[in-house]
Amino acid sequence: MPHPDRRLVLAGLATLAVPRGAWAATIRDGAGRDIAVPAKVERVFPAGPPAAIQLYTLAPDLLLGWPRANGPEELPFLLPNIGNKPQIGRITGRGNSANLEAVLTLKPDLIVDAGSTGRSYVELAERVQSQTGIPYALLDGRFEAIPASYRILGQLTGRVERAETLARWCETAMTVIKGRIATLPPERRPSVYYARGPRGLETGLGGSINVETLSFLGARNVAAEQPGNGLAQGSGLAQVSLEQVMAWDPEVIVTVDTGFAVSVHTDPGWASIRAVKAGRVHLSPKLPFGWVDFPPSVNRMVGLWWLAKLLYPAQFPENIRAIARDFHTLFYQVTPNEAQLDLILSGHR
Amino acid sequence: MGADPVPPSSLRGNAFALGLLGVAVLLAFGLGRFPVGPADLARLVWAGLIGQPSGLSPQIEAVIWNIRGPRVVAAVLCGAALAVAGTAFQGLFRNPLVSPDILGASSGAALGAVVGIYFSLGLFAIQLAAFIGGLVAVGAVYAIGSTIRRGDPVLVLVLTGVVVGSLLGAGIGLVKYWADPYNQLPAMTFWLLGSLAGTAKPDLIPLLGPVLLGTAVLVALRWRMNVMSLPEEEARALGLNTGPLRIAIVAAATLVTAASVAAAGIIGWVGLVVPHLARFLVGPDFGKLLPTAALLGGGYLLIIDTLARTAAPVETPLGILTAVIGTPFFIWLLASARGGWS
Repeated sequence: MPHPDRRLVLAGLATLAVPRGAWAATIRDGAGRDIAVPAKVERVFPAGPPAAIQLYTLAPDLLLGWPRANGPEELPFLLPNIGNKPQIGRITGRGNSANLEAVLTLKPDLIVDAGSTGRSYVELAERVQSQTGIPYALLDGRFEAIPASYRILGQLTGRVERAETLARWCETAMTVIKGRIATLPPERRPSVYYARGPRGLETGLGGSINVETLSFLGARNVAAEQPGNGLAQGSGLAQVSLEQVMAWDPEVIVTVDTGFAVSVHTDPGWASIRAVKAGRVHLSPKLPFGWVDFPPSVNRMVGLWWLAKLLYPAQFPENIRAIARDFHTLFYQVTPNEAQLDLILSGHR
Repeated sequence: MGADPVPPSSLRGNAFALGLLGVAVLLAFGLGRFPVGPADLARLVWAGLIGQPSGLSPQIEAVIWNIRGPRVVAAVLCGAALAVAGTAFQGLFRNPLVSPDILGASSGAALGAVVGIYFSLGLFAIQLAAFIGGLVAVGAVYAIGSTIRRGDPVLVLVLTGVVVGSLLGAGIGLVKYWADPYNQLPAMTFWLLGSLAGTAKPDLIPLLGPVLLGTAVLVALRWRMNVMSLPEEEARALGLNTGPLRIAIVAAATLVTAASVAAAGIIGWVGLVVPHLARFLVGPDFGKLLPTAALLGGGYLLIIDTLARTAAPVETPLGILTAVIGTPFFIWLLASARGGWS
């Protein structure tokens, strides 16, 4: 029973959209793959939230839409006609044809994903690229690779100058912060517990993307330094018991959950922990995107300053309001007013 | 002596189950990530009994009374609930491979919970959504099953349960697909793997009520359940009206299952394995079987939960442990079945 191969049809449709010979350059992506990009990149499809945020900060006009529509509380912090672009979904690990047809209807010139550059993501990119005929670039989503990813994205989109500006801002932040904490002896680096979930009992293990900025800052993540993590070692998030947190007795707690940040002060178990007694439980800002871990994109760069100040107040006298205002103005291209800054820094949304 | 003589095997069986539970409780209170010495523990319990302050640090007090205590109680209640529900369903459906989620209680509760997480509800609301989800799912299965008049009503009910359960599974998959992968999805995954890691005192009330009520109903129906496990025609011939009785058993078993799933997430295998072990110990009479299953289930899940929270700094999900331990155990039970079923 002969029937046309859907992949061939899709690839054929896609090549119709991009006339032959229009490839301007070959650019090496974050996974070391050579991507042929068209001379004019005007429509870019982000494969997931980290890519969407990074693309927005570099070239908002190219963004086709958001993997997940922004909520009403996030919109005031984003450019008016771009923050509210439609929801377009994400390309999942099993990019099926219906999904890719939807991608094709948006006629992107380029697909960009930021995150893991591991084998399965490379293979997914290759497959989607051959199925659709649209160049699919992978950016290294690790925190320390953000400047390099900006430069690649700048080349891919023809926005080299702005990419350089943003990459420099990130590099300066990382260099200054790393330099100031380099000489601190281990005993002056606080032990930190990263609390997620309404009870604060989900945490990020060592090596997980959720705690990259904490390890960058040389903090001792209590969940990372314990031996014998067994099954869950290095696998990202895990659950722990309050009893375990009490045994760790961290000096600082960083949380992303508003409910937990409130309830931590009323529970007798938590009350005995050093961080709670010392008033060092900190709720991470999350407007329009989380400062500590989700989505794990360039939004963590301003979070790095915030965390550095929390962990080493003596080394970082800078005013976080000024840094946040700078970051928003440069990266999101919307300058928050004083009331908005208060709201951002409160960690509520 | 008037009363029915209790066969020695059932006494031995109950003594074993009670002993297991006792050992499990001692272990559970004595072990944990936060070091509490046996002397401190004894002092704390004694002070609690005579109502005097123990003089120990508030940290140790908090560990025992606010963290380990509620968790021990919740593990025993959930284990007992799942075992009792499994026993009741295995009897009702006259099938040894039935577990408490056969009519969709777990899948319904799971769907309720993931929807709750998706809409970022509070903890209590998520548990309530799970509980209601479980009840609604089984109610729907029962309602659909009752409208089908052809064939064996018990078989129809089981098949309806399988079909509706798989539809609910698809619903769970859909909500997970929609979920925010950085925030909601991990929460859903943790919930679906089962855990008592966050259990606190306020969680015990919505668990205790339904479990006690459902278990009491099942224990009250124990003689009728004996008749019920005979073939349908024989039961009818003995003058038993099977329709309302079936509703009562399904409702009671669903109530306890839904309460347990709402409190602890999805924990498989307990409701399948423990009734077999209980039958192995005391035989098929529900009068003896239900209490033994409750004691065994409570002790079994408590031991598993103690393992889950002490084996590593990071919790191991309960659903994983019960499956890893339950599978070989179940195979062993099947291989050495001695008057187990029937």
